[in-house]
Amino acid sequence: MADYYRDEDLKDFGSIAKGQPELYAKFMDWYSDAVAGPGALTQREKALIALAVAHVLMCPYCIDSFTSKCLEAGADLEQMTEAVHVAAGLKAGACLVHAVQMKRKHDSLSM
Amino acid sequence: MSSSSSTAAGNFAAALEASGHYPLHARSLSTLQVNLGKLCNQVCKHCHVDAGPQRTGAHENMSGEGAALVLDVLEKGVFTTLDLTGGAPELNPNFIRLVKGAVQLGIKVIDRCNLSVLFEPGQDGLAQVLVEHRVEVVASLPFYTQSRTDAQRGKGVFDKSIEGLKLLCGLGYGQDGSGLILNLVYNPGGAYLPAPQAELEAEYGKHLLADHGIRFNQLFSLTNLPVKRFLDYLQRSGNEEAYREKLLAAFNPLAVDGLMCRDLISVAPDGSLYDCDFNQMLELPLTGARHLRDLLETNALAGRQIVTAAHCFGCTAGAGSSCGGEIVSELVL
Repeated sequence: MADYYRDEDLKDFGSIAKGQPELYAKFMDWYSDAVAGPGALTQREKALIALAVAHVLMCPYCIDSFTSKCLEAGADLEQMTEAVHVAAGLKAGACLVHAVQMKRKHDSLSM
Repeated sequence: MSSSSSTAAGNFAAALEASGHYPLHARSLSTLQVNLGKLCNQVCKHCHVDAGPQRTGAHENMSGEGAALVLDVLEKGVFTTLDLTGGAPELNPNFIRLVKGAVQLGIKVIDRCNLSVLFEPGQDGLAQVLVEHRVEVVASLPFYTQSRTDAQRGKGVFDKSIEGLKLLCGLGYGQDGSGLILNLVYNPGGAYLPAPQAELEAEYGKHLLADHGIRFNQLFSLTNLPVKRFLDYLQRSGNEEAYREKLLAAFNPLAVDGLMCRDLISVAPDGSLYDCDFNQMLELPLTGARHLRDLLETNALAGRQIVTAAHCFGCTAGAGSSCGGEIVSELVL
């Protein structure tokens, strides 16, 4: 393979239904409702959450898609960047909090 | 027209046909939308008119004779609304004459106002004229933040726009019970579709009131059509193909019924007639009559077939887009 991530892949997402059409349909039903369906959150709030998660996952497809979704939901660059900072903060915090485990092990092995 | 848009033009007719809307006919002649000219004090990046301060040519701006003809046509009593657009329509010396004349005939007047024009030299009494004649103001404000607005409409435009909104609100516009209607217009700041109108209206309302004490009636969420300056941007940025595909993929047959062209005739500064302001800029004339003076002779244009092309996908994308914002609340995705 020349490359793993291509723009056209997003448009081809539906092609993965070929192997397991029923599972794909179930996933899309749930995904559409959860990510884009009406609910207690606005479309803008859902899109910003998805954009933040996309960065934690470091998924280029999701970043591409949800950058557009955020703009089309009325978010601006300031809000989108802030959402990514929230995600990055959580990711860094999740890393750092494991230092408690490291310290506990350290202490158990140390005089 | 480019070959790519010619191809897509065929697709729009096919999309209409597939949804049972072809051929598309006009329904009524309720609004006469008059483009008073290309002269504007702003140079917005998305402008489909390509308007600006240099567009002062006589052929680009409506003459006194043309304005008189508009009033003659209105006097026939067919149209119930005069929708004044541009450029900045207020910069045309015939603007106030048209407002007064139309109101005397009992016709509702809409002013598509860029707000900053209220502070241009010679426009001191403009806001008062709007109030006295109860003109409905449709004001452009692409976002409720400075950076996003200035990026689209030019440096300093946001502050002037807020100043203009405060001036209008102070005179009663957008205030409960005043009957002075102030509607705002949102445009996307790039190659993407507009946000859902209701959500965005709530956001605008919250921020403009909290940050500036501004109230308004409605927010219209409009799609940018690939015409003139916005098309130039799409081509320069390499986004044209993807944007056209996006509009095509978002075709919503439910939006067809509410398209503005079904109840409107668009008049160019030279008096020539079109189905909408976008067709005017693309020089796609209306069928059945060529000039404003023809409207003195006929009322037969209500059932005319509307001229469509590739750009029409912009008005049928998602929730649809018209001069009054979203057309439907139900999306077909």
